[in-house]
Amino acid sequence: MGYRAKFRVWRGNANTGALTSYEVDVNEGEVVLDVIHRIQATEAPDLAVRWNCKAGKCGSCSAEVNGIPKLMCMTRMNTFNPEDVVTVSPMRAFPVIRDLVTDVSYNYKKAQEVPVFEGPKDLAPGEYRMQQEDVARSQEFRKCIECFLCQNTCHVIRDHEENKKVFSGPRFLMRIAELDMHPLDTTDRKHMAQDDHGLGYCNITKCCTEVCPEHIKITDNALIPMKERVVDVKYDPVRWLGSTIKRRTS
Amino acid sequence: MERHSYDVVIIGAGGAGMRAAIEAREAGLSVALVSKSMFGKAHTVMAEGGIAAAMANMNSNDGWQVHFRDTMRGSKFHNNWRMAQLHAQESPMRVWELETYGALFDRTKEGKISQRNFGGHEYPRLAHVGDRTGLELIRTLQQRIVGLQQKDKKEFGEYEAKLRVFQECTITELMKDDSGVIAGAFGYWRETGDPIVFDAAAVVLATGGLGKSFKVTSNSWEGTGDGVGLALRAGGTLIDMEFVQFHPTGMVWPLSVKGILVTESVRGEGGVLTNSEGRRFMFDYIPDVFRDKYADTEAEADGWYTDPDNNRRPPELLPRDEVARAINSEVKAGRGSPHGGVFLDVSKRLDAETIKRRLPAMYHQFKELADVDITKEPMEVGPTCHYVMGGIEVEPETTATVGVPGLFAAGEVAAGMHGANRLGGNSLSDLLVFGKRAGAGAAAYINSLSTRPKLSDAAVKIAEQKTFAPLANGGNENPYTIHQELQQVMNDLVGIIRIGTELQDALTKLAELKVRMGKVGVAGGKEYNPGWHLVLDLENMHLVSTSIAKSAITREESRGGHTRDDFQEMDPKWRNKNVACFMADGDVQVKLKDLPMLPADLAALFEQSELKKYLSEEEYAQLPKEVA
Amino acid sequence: MKNGMLSAGRARISERTLRTDKWWLQPFVTFAVLISFVIYSTFRAFENANYYTTPLLSPFYSPCLAVSCVPGSSDLGQPIGSWFMLSPAFLILFIPLGFRMTCYYYRRSYYRSFWLSPPACGVGEPHSKYTGETRAPLILQNAHRYFFYLGLLLNFVLTYDVILAFRNENYEWGHLSVGTLVLFVNASLLWLYSLSCHSCRHALGGRLKHFSKNPVRYKLWTWTSKLNAKHPMYAWISLLWVAFTDFYVRSVSTGFFTNFYIF
Ligand SMILES: Cc1cc2nc3c(=O)[nH]c(=O)nc-3n(C[C@H](O)[C@H](O)[C@H](O)COP(=O)(O)OP(=O)(O)OC[C@H]3O[C@@H](n4cnc5c(N)ncnc54)[C@H](O)[C@@H]3O)c2cc1C
Ligand code: SF4
Ligand code: SF4
Ligand code: FES
Ligand code: FES
Repeated sequence: MGYRAKFRVWRGNANTGALTSYEVDVNEGEVVLDVIHRIQATEAPDLAVRWNCKAGKCGSCSAEVNGIPKLMCMTRMNTFNPEDVVTVSPMRAFPVIRDLVTDVSYNYKKAQEVPVFEGPKDLAPGEYRMQQEDVARSQEFRKCIECFLCQNTCHVIRDHEENKKVFSGPRFLMRIAELDMHPLDTTDRKHMAQDDHGLGYCNITKCCTEVCPEHIKITDNALIPMKERVVDVKYDPVRWLGSTIKRRTS
Repeated sequence: MERHSYDVVIIGAGGAGMRAAIEAREAGLSVALVSKSMFGKAHTVMAEGGIAAAMANMNSNDGWQVHFRDTMRGSKFHNNWRMAQLHAQESPMRVWELETYGALFDRTKEGKISQRNFGGHEYPRLAHVGDRTGLELIRTLQQRIVGLQQKDKKEFGEYEAKLRVFQECTITELMKDDSGVIAGAFGYWRETGDPIVFDAAAVVLATGGLGKSFKVTSNSWEGTGDGVGLALRAGGTLIDMEFVQFHPTGMVWPLSVKGILVTESVRGEGGVLTNSEGRRFMFDYIPDVFRDKYADTEAEADGWYTDPDNNRRPPELLPRDEVARAINSEVKAGRGSPHGGVFLDVSKRLDAETIKRRLPAMYHQFKELADVDITKEPMEVGPTCHYVMGGIEVEPETTATVGVPGLFAAGEVAAGMHGANRLGGNSLSDLLVFGKRAGAGAAAYINSLSTRPKLSDAAVKIAEQKTFAPLANGGNENPYTIHQELQQVMNDLVGIIRIGTELQDALTKLAELKVRMGKVGVAGGKEYNPGWHLVLDLENMHLVSTSIAKSAITREESRGGHTRDDFQEMDPKWRNKNVACFMADGDVQVKLKDLPMLPADLAALFEQSELKKYLSEEEYAQLPKEVA
Repeated sequence: MKNGMLSAGRARISERTLRTDKWWLQPFVTFAVLISFVIYSTFRAFENANYYTTPLLSPFYSPCLAVSCVPGSSDLGQPIGSWFMLSPAFLILFIPLGFRMTCYYYRRSYYRSFWLSPPACGVGEPHSKYTGETRAPLILQNAHRYFFYLGLLLNFVLTYDVILAFRNENYEWGHLSVGTLVLFVNASLLWLYSLSCHSCRHALGGRLKHFSKNPVRYKLWTWTSKLNAKHPMYAWISLLWVAFTDFYVRSVSTGFFTNFYIF
């Protein structure tokens, strides 16, 4: 079953780098990360790669395989032909540290800027009551393993470094949607989504959804519904009027 | 050299470390939370099944006493009763707290937290979110930490004013002041390889497990037992190191994913174990101590899923050690599956939609890694090294480590709570209960200090030299090869079934490896150099392995996670003996310690006949009359 | 390359993409189909003829509101006077046009295939600046729900057209032709397209915080969510079928083929 595969792995740092060729043994059932580890154990002991669980659960091993953002531990070798050259490069939206390891601190910064869950003040621990149908939407988003592949592939920042200041990326816009749909969250998140986190930059081209290893429907279930919620409070004169009258009368 | 000063440094950002950080910050301390992986990626993220807490949402008969009783039974009465009691009493509140941080568990019809069945738990007790409970736990705590940082930003103008996360930063040494109390920690940044020094009045170890010393393991990369090594070298004591939990169901095929966990919920939801002859073999392996609690016919076992009050539970849900040994025996007897495991099948009891909803991660895992559709076909599973019950000896109330003032430990790295065998779901609750206690313990300790310990430059110098020495080594041994050989030794000679002679062999081999470790060479520089990192981790893995092997030789009986082929029976004389490891003369030494005796009021929770099976005759005779 | 992928600190990889699959195929096909549709529909809107043949009215001209409409084609009367000299198609075409232009799915498609922003995932785009839908004119995309409501009105009209098509050339009821079926399928597809719309999903239940307090709307939402997953498919089929319906009417009208009567 085994064969020798041709690999090109990007090696380098923030200043310089290039794709380096390797020929490596591949056994049945292996994934790209196994092959990278074999290169490390045999030819290049200092090949830098980030990983942790090797089970698709932690979101550490994000990289690009043949140009497509992927988890290396979940990319099976049998998805390639034995004669194909497999190219592995670091995520291209973030600064590279070394080889396949990138600096993803942008994401942690954005995470810090999303105001956290704020429950009702009058409920003590143990008194929370929520129905399954009310938590299901947010639960989908909480499947996120923070691999940041969606952030990496989103052209808003991948192709436009300057947008990193104003755009939090699909992962964190989805986080805002998660909280806005949380049945017990008490903060209004709609203006914040548009004004502070750049929801308007998203042109719903769905690349985030395409690469999400958790198969979360980021665009359809989080970003577009959030855009609709923003329209409710910002761009829909009828609803705006309605809610203003309601507020006046109550 | 980069140098920081904090009240407390918490090493490890898994469930235990994060919960400790939250507690310490809320107690007003300045906190450094250090993790060698990225924030939010710690091993806890992999936990699947759930968090055990007697909230009694599914069955009103549940309560802390029942949970306590199950925990004691699971541990073969070998754990620290006080820890088990605190754990059973406090875990419901710890879970409810998570909801106030924003966690979204699966719900019951009344809108409460839904709870599921798990091996060894009398009632449905595990709060869960599908089969990704660990992720929910990690993310919730992570977001709570961010929340505290947001508060600090309002007050002090900066997110990280009082609580900072140091990610991809590995601690290599603990440092003490001249009087022998903890004064700080030394480490390096993985990204740059630059050194970093922490001055701290207290240190909490929350470094998790040590599965990476074994070849087949469900543990992630960081499970190298660093905390155990750090504590040993700092003068701490380990107990129960011989008790290693082999989870009965890990993947066995393809080879590259061998060991990855198949959650116990598969059995909790109705999965059935069969051998190559199609027989549900678990009925043949019900031990006497459990005979009255488990079904002995398939009809009764099947009936339990719908009517648990009138049927006994299926033997697939026996404690993990029993199931793991049973699978091991079936495979050895030649009744295994094609790739050396047994079959686990849920497709016959649940329809495809239900499987995908209740076990989504398992469905994906098998689909994507093994091309197996678990809604149609059985899985192949076999035992995998999963959890270590042993670890650092701590005080139950404060988690202070025995023998090192200022050092605390919580989570998988600490010992005592689970004794000879851990029940599923009891780890996540352990992390929360004792994580919180560690944070509070450190705060109380710091408040009691009259002066802050001072870190000497000499201590820093020594730590620095030690950490960077491998980079200057010109040896020709490959660290990756040594690691593989170490794992093989542990797997073959210190695995599920142990024999005295093999354990001796293991020690000899470990000694040889130690010599070779002195000759490893590291290629490349200090920036993100996995070769160098491995060399540093190897030292800890070696200490771990030696401790396990030495403890295993010492304990001449079989109990829970420790099975000796040459001493097959559980021996009441050993029940209250902890095998303790400590460092002396540059090597791991072993001694015996007594466990505290169960107090009468807690002993009264058990039937006399049950106590009689575990306690020695003298102990039984000593119990007050009204109990015995 | 003025693209941000070579910003300071990022891996020095000069290729716009390292993808080896046929990533350009999808945007190319999308472009080709959309352009063909635009050309055909523009031609037909200007043609101002061959849109009605008893009892079939082309969806491009329904409702036909101007005095200039051919006899029999104006189901809803002719409120627009003779001052309107253009083709009556222009009176209503802005509705389906606006509806589809602001549709979340079509936006995705034409941003990718026409504006190349991005052409495909992980493929660098050719623009050096990008502000998305944050400012005019693209901020107007937020008006989508209004087009959705207008589109619903049109759907009713087109459904009425189907009913009228249960007649024969002599306006006698109780007949069914292939043309009736073509119109029927057309109206059904447009309903599916509209009811699977994201704005519809939002209005029916998406905007709620507590489904459990609104069980009926939750049911509706669950149902529209199922349709919503197939919205792209409905978008394409309904587009092609509208064009085909018009083509059918035109062909019958020009005598290119006859409308066969089943009974
Ligand atoms: C696949 C799987 C499924 C499981 N399922 C369940 C379940 O359903 N229920 C349950 O109760 N338990 C379960 N467990 C067990 C449970 O997940 C673990 O025991 C628990 O998560 C350990 O948590 P911890 O906080 O002690 O440490 P970990 O989560 O292991 O975290 C350790 C932390 O320490 C850091 N660290 C380690 N060494 C150093 C160092 N030298 N310097 C700096 N940082 C360091 C790491 O980076 C990490 O952040 C499961 C375990 C596995 C492997
Ligand atoms: S859908 Fe929006 S967030 Fe997702 S990749 Fe496209 S532009 Fe980015
Ligand atoms: S949403 Fe999906 S792609 Fe994005 S970080 Fe989470 S898991 Fe990764
Ligand atoms: S290593 Fe954890 S997701 Fe790949
Ligand atoms: S019509 Fe496509 S989303 Fe509304």
